[in-house]
Amino acid sequence: MAQDQNSKQNLTEKKPCLSGRGVTKVFGIGKQAMTAVDHVDFDFNEGEIISIVGESGSGKTTLSKMLLGLISVTEGTIEYQGKPRDISSAAKKKEYWKNIQPIFQDPFSSYNIFYKIDAVLDDCLRMRGKGNASEEEKIALKTEACSFVNLKYAELTNKYPFELSGGQMQRLMIARIFLLKPKILMADEPTSMIDACSRATILDMLLKLRDEINMTVIFITHDIGLAYYISDKVYIMEHGKFVESGTAEECIIHPKSPYTKRLISDVPKIYEKWDLDTVVNE
Amino acid sequence: MKNTIKQVFHSGKFVVGFVIFITILLTCIIYPLFVKDDPLAMLGQGNFFKPGTYVSQEEVALEKSYTLKLPREFSKLEMVLDMDTRSQIQQFLIKYAEIPEADIDVTNAEGLVQLWKANYDPDVKYSGMTSAKRKSFRRLNNEIIAAQRDTGVIIAEEGEDGLEKSKTIKDTDFVNTKDVQTRTFILGTDNFGRDVLTELVAATKSSLKIGLIAGLVATAIGLVLGLLAGYMGGIVDNLITFVTNLFTVIPSFVILILISYSVGDKARGIMVVAVIIGITSWPWTTRSVRSQVISLRNRDHVNLSKLSGHSMFRIIFTDILPYIASYVVMAMILQISSGILAEAQLSMIGLGPATTTTATLGLMMQWAMTYSAHLNGSWWAYFPVVVIIALISFSLNLMNTGLDQVFNPQLRD
Ligand SMILES: Nc1ncnc2c1ncn2[C@@H]1O[C@H](COP(=O)(O)OP(=O)(O)O)[C@@H](O)[C@H]1O
Ligand SMILES: [Mg+2]
Repeated sequence: MAQDQNSKQNLTEKKPCLSGRGVTKVFGIGKQAMTAVDHVDFDFNEGEIISIVGESGSGKTTLSKMLLGLISVTEGTIEYQGKPRDISSAAKKKEYWKNIQPIFQDPFSSYNIFYKIDAVLDDCLRMRGKGNASEEEKIALKTEACSFVNLKYAELTNKYPFELSGGQMQRLMIARIFLLKPKILMADEPTSMIDACSRATILDMLLKLRDEINMTVIFITHDIGLAYYISDKVYIMEHGKFVESGTAEECIIHPKSPYTKRLISDVPKIYEKWDLDTVVNE
Repeated sequence: MKNTIKQVFHSGKFVVGFVIFITILLTCIIYPLFVKDDPLAMLGQGNFFKPGTYVSQEEVALEKSYTLKLPREFSKLEMVLDMDTRSQIQQFLIKYAEIPEADIDVTNAEGLVQLWKANYDPDVKYSGMTSAKRKSFRRLNNEIIAAQRDTGVIIAEEGEDGLEKSKTIKDTDFVNTKDVQTRTFILGTDNFGRDVLTELVAATKSSLKIGLIAGLVATAIGLVLGLLAGYMGGIVDNLITFVTNLFTVIPSFVILILISYSVGDKARGIMVVAVIIGITSWPWTTRSVRSQVISLRNRDHVNLSKLSGHSMFRIIFTDILPYIASYVVMAMILQISSGILAEAQLSMIGLGPATTTTATLGLMMQWAMTYSAHLNGSWWAYFPVVVIIALISFSLNLMNTGLDQVFNPQLRD
């Protein structure tokens, strides 16, 4: 399947940004060993939105944490921009993290509730080497980032995270990404904990990040409908394995794996206008 | 932050505990300003004097007296006839005067004396009476006659030819207590004749000091080890957990006894005991801090902080410590309270601070026990100590529960 992918990339002349071969994660040892991610191969291209779709417990978050370098890889290799990823020391990790940043599932646990929102944004400026910039420049940058996600910086400054709604918090996380401008954004179910209205806004912002900054967005979701809506490429994950991958059209309109078909049939009826029923009933 | 403090002081339980604790603490600070005695000065010659005000007998006898026509609240007769004497008289009357028991009212001193005078003759040799008994009855008879005279108490001085009468104290003679030296022992004296109240205040102060130091030491060790084990995981965690389990399996009190014993009597000052208690009671703080940190370290904000390139120490200080700070404060309050109890336990078995310059609550208990205050009814030597220990524990635990309710909204009622 990986060979398959590579040939397709050559055709479209897209550079792989992040790729993996036989990436595996085993939690525990001995009898309690539990394989959360099982020998997965992937090539994520630059400037694409890649969805990883699977039921909860299928290993999506585990894979994302490995890609972020937050947990160790049991087996397999991960390549970043064509070279093996090296995060063996703290300094190298720091360097790697300039290129990949996350948005997590739960906005409420993404903030340190003891610090004001400004602390998060100031941190970003520091990471971008603007720690010593003038106060005006800092505020200008922060205001720009906030307006990118339709938030007013003047209203947010001096507020604590818990004074914001879930949607606002998640948008601020996107503002953080906007400030940091990493090559890769790892969005792990960024919309599953917030209301439907905010959901569409968040998705549009992810699209905007890809279009305006040419960011590679890895979008993790259990909702195959959302994946279809947003992504260029889709990877379907079941029990730690990729069972199907390809463009959104290939995977979702013409699914081959029975697992994908089941995921599609689980989608609420509102997606009916895509005429998915006929596909499933084939 | 301000809000939290406000909330804390709105918790009834916390406020009650806090007031009790602060009252005890302030007493310990203010009392010595007024009573400047050495708390361990041995004032009384003898064991366990009852609580009350003590007046110098000599001074009262010599002091200028005022004549007050007050109804007599004591009768000399009553004083002579204590319970023992009355039952002796009763037995005499039944046996030798053959008066039925029902006719003798031992509670009525006057009536008893009348019966006695009518039936007792000092010149008669009663048969079947030992000579010692006969003598004691004669003496009793003299005392009764003396008590019925109205001349008062005669004070005599040793002169050239025998005793010379120098002063007669009549029943209307009073002295002003301001003119004579008095000393009030609100809680009596202990086995060494020390003022229990003054001693108790000093003991409470040193026990609080021990509790505080033990609590600080235990919390500091427990916190550092718990943070390291919980955050770093891996080998460090395994090592620390192993040591912690080792300390938990062997009851800490046993370790406490062993260390206290091996340190030796001379080295065991208050500080040493406090530190020993501290270094034997950290394991449960470590365990609970560790488990809290483990659940925190996978929180997204910690991951985000890591991804922002912060160092481990910075993450521990800004992203972990604030979340467990309230918990650590509560753990420390419990450690202080158990430190005070541990000192009391240690002292009871003779392994407490070996010092003659300060008292601790535990030592006071131990002294009271050794001199069997509990057997001879000297409640004032141990009961107040128990009450203070209970109050300190109670107030600290109450504060803890109050804090718990503020920090864990689920527990609010
Ligand atoms: N730290 C861990 N230790 C042990 N098992 C884990 C750990 N993290 C995740 N798992 C297990 O790995 C599997 C995949 O979890 P996860 O990656 O969170 O799934 P998803 O994000 O797709 O819902 C689950 O069965 C979960 O129980
Ligand atoms: Mg997940």
